[in-house]
Amino acid sequence: MIRIGLRPAGIGLSALQYGILKIPIFTVSNLVEIRDLHFSYGDRPILQNLSMDFPRGKLIAVMGGSGSGKTTVLRLIGGQIKAQRGTVAVNGDIVNQLDTEGLYRLRRKMGMLFQFGALFTDLTVFENVAFPLREHTDLPEELIRDLVLMRLNAVGLRNAAGLKPNEISGGMARRVALARAVALDPALIMYDEPFAGLDPISMGVTANLIRNLNDALGSTSILVSHDVNETFMIADYVYFLSAGRIVAAGTPEEMRHSADPYVKQFVNAEPDGPVPFHYPGKSLAEDLGLEGKR
Amino acid sequence: MTMFLGFIGGFVLDVFARIGFVTRSFFGLLGKSPGALRRPTLISEQVHFIGNYSLLIITVSGLFVGMVLGLQGYYTLSQFGAEEKLGQLVALSLLRELGPVVTALLFAGRAGTSLTAEIGLMKAGEQLTAMEMMAVNPIQRVLAPRFWGGLIAMPVLAAVFSAIGVIGGYLVGVQLIGVDEGAFWSQMQANIDVRRDIMNGVIKSFVFGIAVTFTALFQGYEAQPTPEGVSRATTRTVVIASLMVLGLDFVMTALMFNK
Repeated sequence: MIRIGLRPAGIGLSALQYGILKIPIFTVSNLVEIRDLHFSYGDRPILQNLSMDFPRGKLIAVMGGSGSGKTTVLRLIGGQIKAQRGTVAVNGDIVNQLDTEGLYRLRRKMGMLFQFGALFTDLTVFENVAFPLREHTDLPEELIRDLVLMRLNAVGLRNAAGLKPNEISGGMARRVALARAVALDPALIMYDEPFAGLDPISMGVTANLIRNLNDALGSTSILVSHDVNETFMIADYVYFLSAGRIVAAGTPEEMRHSADPYVKQFVNAEPDGPVPFHYPGKSLAEDLGLEGKR
Repeated sequence: MTMFLGFIGGFVLDVFARIGFVTRSFFGLLGKSPGALRRPTLISEQVHFIGNYSLLIITVSGLFVGMVLGLQGYYTLSQFGAEEKLGQLVALSLLRELGPVVTALLFAGRAGTSLTAEIGLMKAGEQLTAMEMMAVNPIQRVLAPRFWGGLIAMPVLAAVFSAIGVIGGYLVGVQLIGVDEGAFWSQMQANIDVRRDIMNGVIKSFVFGIAVTFTALFQGYEAQPTPEGVSRATTRTVVIASLMVLGLDFVMTALMFNK
């Protein structure tokens, strides 16, 4: 069982949250901490009252149906968007208070795998992986070559180094993007739906790579997904989100045996439950004009 | 009445907000330029991509425009018995007006649309977001080198257009119609002023380069990240850039040749 949500002893969260005490609200054991987070697009709330912990060295999954706010959590951690209320702390830095310079400094310690890879289509596989190394280091060309080939070897695509992204399959593109995301040995790796649209073999390969890279690099991973089997296979801890709120959290084993109706419906892929099959509105009888004829 | 005034007020505020946003984006791009200028390889790649690939359309168009100038010029000049002035007419028309303006219009259609589509598709494919997440500023890494590439390529392309246009005028006027070759070149040489005619043309093409390239990049960067959004942005690039070129040409011509 991993430890989630440790705070300095004797200090109440609310006092820290509102800045009454000038003590950072992050804890040493957690790389990422989210506290009382509210985020909305205009009047439409996406995340409400969200508090989450992501302990160092662990692989934490954030699961939930489409539109539950999973990807928004990643975007908030990466500083792509800013929350209206609450805090997101990464390694002690409050992301939503950082200026552009600070945000870029923080992002150098992050790697992100996008849903469809987001590879640079005008560059080869090799150049894609070399991109962050070239941008952020002054390493000699020979060393960059060795580092890139090692990264590509780790994802099994060393021999595809010379190909362009349009010459490789979707699964391979995802693996190249993975190699690029870990090129600078990031402390935090975020995965946005890494299994979406992959065949079972590619899915298994990607899942194992995510776990192995997390352990080999000693980094912390946040995995956003709705693929139950692959995620449960590799995650240390799982958060379930629904309509922008955490509805359940625990180890994959706990979630498998959870009595929570939402988790049960999600894990067992049941068509009806707390997430209704029918879009809310009028009944079929009303629509067919049968309501008054009973 | 109040609603009407409110509508007008809202419209004016929106226009000012838009102008402010575009101006801020332009200076933001200029602010990121030193970082791009420190990496000349990125800029030379763009000069090649934007400039070299536009050469064919520029040279062919230049040739035909020059040939038409030769025909039309001869027709008009011959009515006054001033055919020997054809070289001067062709060169002045190209250097002062047609070279920079037509090149800029073609540049907007060829390179501008390609820049907008490229940036728009990069945005739609999350490539720009991926870059930001790698702590690489896309304005500095992607937009600024393209901006400077366009800025360098545009005056060179305009010069090529004018040079080929003069050859077109020569082919029609001298070789086809039979205007005296010595008069054609000597009138051109004697009446073209380097500062007043050539330099002003270069300044014009430089300004058009800024206008067209910035418009193309801005439209791509601000495009809706959907196929429809990119297509609309590409169309906007051609319309806005072309109108800007024509408007700026009028203003600059009034300022440069107001004697």
